Amino acid sequence: MNATGIALSVMVAGYAAGAFLAALAPSQRAARLITALGALVGGSGGLAAALIVFATRTPYDIAFPNLVAAAGGVVLRLDLLGALFLALVAAVSLPAAVYGITYTAAYEGRRSLRVFGLMFNGFLLGMCLVPCAGNVFTFLLAWEFMAVTSYFLVMTESEHPETRRAGLWYAAMTHFGFVLLVPMFLLMAPGADRTSFADLRAGAALLPAAVRSGVFVLALVAFGSKAGIVPLHVWLPRAHPAAPAHVSALMSGVMIKLGVYGLLRVAVDFLGTGPAWWGGLVLLAGSASALGGVLYALAENDLKRLLAYSSVENIGVIFLGIGAGLVLQSYGLHALALVGFGAALLHSVNHACFKALLFLATGNVDHQAHTRNMEQMGGLIKGMPQTATLFLIGSAAAAALPPLNGFASEWMVFQALLSGAQIPRPEVAMGAPLAVGVLALTSGLAAACFVKAFGISFLAMPRSEGAAHATESHWSTRAVMGVLAAGCVLLGLAAPRAFGGMSRILVSLSPGMSIAPAPTTAGVWLLSPYGIAQVSPLLMASLLMSVIVVVAAVMRVRGLELRRADTWGCGRIRQTPRMEYTSSAFAEPLRRIFAELYRPAEDLSVSVHAESPYFVRAITYTSQVVPWIEKAFYDPVIRGTRALATHVRRLQAGSVHVYLLYITGALFVALAVAWWFE
Amino acid sequence: MSRYVALVLQTLVAVALAPALTGFIRWLKARLQGRRGAPPWQPYFEIRKLFGKEAVVSHTASWIFTATPFVVFSTAVVVASLVPLVVVPSDPFVAGDLFAAVYLLLLGTFFLALAGLDTGSPFGGMGASREMTVVALTEPTVALSIVALALNAGSTSFSQIVAHTLAEPSAALGSGHLLAFAALFIVTLAETGRMPVDNPSTHLELTMIHEAMVLEYSGPYLALIEWGASLKLLVFLALAANLFMPWGIALTLAPLALVVGLASLVAKLGVLAVAIAVLETRVAKLRLFRVPELLSASFVLALLAVMSTFLAR
Repeated sequence: MNATGIALSVMVAGYAAGAFLAALAPSQRAARLITALGALVGGSGGLAAALIVFATRTPYDIAFPNLVAAAGGVVLRLDLLGALFLALVAAVSLPAAVYGITYTAAYEGRRSLRVFGLMFNGFLLGMCLVPCAGNVFTFLLAWEFMAVTSYFLVMTESEHPETRRAGLWYAAMTHFGFVLLVPMFLLMAPGADRTSFADLRAGAALLPAAVRSGVFVLALVAFGSKAGIVPLHVWLPRAHPAAPAHVSALMSGVMIKLGVYGLLRVAVDFLGTGPAWWGGLVLLAGSASALGGVLYALAENDLKRLLAYSSVENIGVIFLGIGAGLVLQSYGLHALALVGFGAALLHSVNHACFKALLFLATGNVDHQAHTRNMEQMGGLIKGMPQTATLFLIGSAAAAALPPLNGFASEWMVFQALLSGAQIPRPEVAMGAPLAVGVLALTSGLAAACFVKAFGISFLAMPRSEGAAHATESHWSTRAVMGVLAAGCVLLGLAAPRAFGGMSRILVSLSPGMSIAPAPTTAGVWLLSPYGIAQVSPLLMASLLMSVIVVVAAVMRVRGLELRRADTWGCGRIRQTPRMEYTSSAFAEPLRRIFAELYRPAEDLSVSVHAESPYFVRAITYTSQVVPWIEKAFYDPVIRGTRALATHVRRLQAGSVHVYLLYITGALFVALAVAWWFE
Repeated sequence: MSRYVALVLQTLVAVALAPALTGFIRWLKARLQGRRGAPPWQPYFEIRKLFGKEAVVSHTASWIFTATPFVVFSTAVVVASLVPLVVVPSDPFVAGDLFAAVYLLLLGTFFLALAGLDTGSPFGGMGASREMTVVALTEPTVALSIVALALNAGSTSFSQIVAHTLAEPSAALGSGHLLAFAALFIVTLAETGRMPVDNPSTHLELTMIHEAMVLEYSGPYLALIEWGASLKLLVFLALAANLFMPWGIALTLAPLALVVGLASLVAKLGVLAVAIAVLETRVAKLRLFRVPELLSASFVLALLAVMSTFLAR
């Protein structure tokens, strides 16, 4: 066992100890501390293992064939791609664990923090093991472990009916994905006893084209349901807001990225090059998720739901990168495909960083202002200046503004899509500009969305008592958010280096991608292989800063007189929060423009004076956006399932004789099938 | 080294020229409407006057409000340093390409919209909401115009696009090029708050977009924002001029080339400014909810530009 093995053992031991000791903790307070301590030890071990694999560039293998030998045993294999996602999980879990110490104090006396600690550490262990898995059994075990533990974490506040509904959706969707994973793996496996990932890779190469396509579609749907692509995203805006803030940060930041990992593992690693329509399908899913996600985020008034929809959008951006990569690969343009896949990986990392930051900041707001409804917030920048600044950094990164990290990866996705023009078939290449248009509209709408998220929640005057009296949370929560914000800035400025790392990972998976032409990074420059476009976030940041410093210095030398006064208000006497623009009002123009998509249910009732209709007594206006896509897509499914369940219920006659008949029948059928196959 | 100096100098020229461009459009509009109008250099007096005044800041405003003018001004300056103005930028010295320029301007707009919300005034919120709506809807057109140019030149970098158009003048008159120019021109009107999307000279509450966002600014802060807005207009017009009709731009640092480059830049900006002034006297402002129709028309133009570029290849 080498250094990687030791680090992995520390990881497993840390999480296991955190889980079981927290469950046995003498007090709730001790449970909180042990939970975090276990997660910190485990996360550090995972991070160390991933970094060692990166540094030495040697994959690490270990097998326990006797552990559940019937299913092929437990096999761990940590290669560069796995190490990236392990590092991602571990790196985000550290701030989340520290944040949880003070955040979960609010649950003391209401929920069992012992069970929470057990599930939290179990969830982290599951997420860390998914990218380490080396055979089908280990992968499915870790995947299911992650799903089950996160279900319990989502249900932390199960006293709310909404949370219970969210939990049901989450459990149903995640198992829908699981059900598809099993046949996908079995199709690739060359034999029942050969289920290691190396066997799958070898098996996939020998499959007929139609079966390969079947495997790909199953992978896209199964992993897409975990990643949250439209229309499989329904659980995301329900489950993520229901969970505690640091669990939401982990689910939105890293858990959905494991869907991206799974897709890349199967599509790029196992299957390799496929027909162009695979990429087209991914591009379609990416476009729908990016646009749908951001449009629903815009219409949302609940801050956490807004962030959850924004995760759908970002998964869409990641899928646009993967789709571009797949299409380019199918035409043999491997060096260009590298840009697409690399951009997808980079955006996965970047999104994890800023989305975790935003969810943690929202948790602080939720605890202080006692609401997640933006219509009740406002003016929080006065009571919580540091949280506000950190949220602003996260918002700017999410809106892909330079020089922060979101910009660098979106720029690379743009360049990958532009390289689509190199495809020799014009009817295929024409799709590239359309995807560019979708991505551009998405990023414009994302900017509007985050102006709303930050501006309405944190600026101007407080709209409720809670918001007016909000103060900063515990310093440790702000410290970990500071680390994540620094990550957003550094990943932005050092994007060329980060991208270099991503391309190394991809070349290790598919050596074809290392073919010339064109390096994609050089020094402080991000380069495009298509032509010679280049951009340097570091240089842009220093230019921006120097102009600001010069202008500010000139203003200071000249002397700037400031006078505080009221906001101008057309002669009204006093400014009140009711005069402010609200969250719904901010989104109103876009909601009207995209009315066909939102189809808001509006209700306006005006009660007038009995004497004359011109004297209005009260006006009530309610408007609700019900995502009709969800309705159109899922209502028939739910109805069908119900109807089927009603029919199946007739089997349950309650008579032992009938059940014995069933058993005999089943036995005969099984024997007949076995005989047929022999 | 001299390249750096040239870049810095041309950026300073742009910063210095920007108020004159706005003043010229205003003056010409006044003449076309039968008024005498203020002289074209009036904006310089206004900026000087504003810098000498005190700034009034709302009680409700936070540091976002006071930081925004600096961000808006500096993003405009940095974008001006990226685009081809007098001299063709040569790649090793340029921090970004067309996408970077668009996103830098978006950074300025992002902060401006936040500042609009920061004072708690309904006008600020109205302006912020409308501005972000318009900007979001213009993004796809901008991106597709970039694609149309990039397809021809094989790159999104400014120098490559300029070099390609200079090398192949016939492409510049191709349908793809002209359609992309039309699309980008409409976007310029929308992004810089000109008619028929926004009225730069209105102070009627319900029709303002850009003016509503900056309503609370005064003194030196207002000066920075106005200057930044003028610079943004200049940058957009310079882009439209030099990416589609780069002739005259200096390729070397020879004095004659620089003089010709400067003169041609001023001439091209003048022509586009006349076009804007004439347009603004001829068309009425669109209702806000008619603006998406205009922008989707520009999107279709950009899409056609891309298609015809594909077919022409």
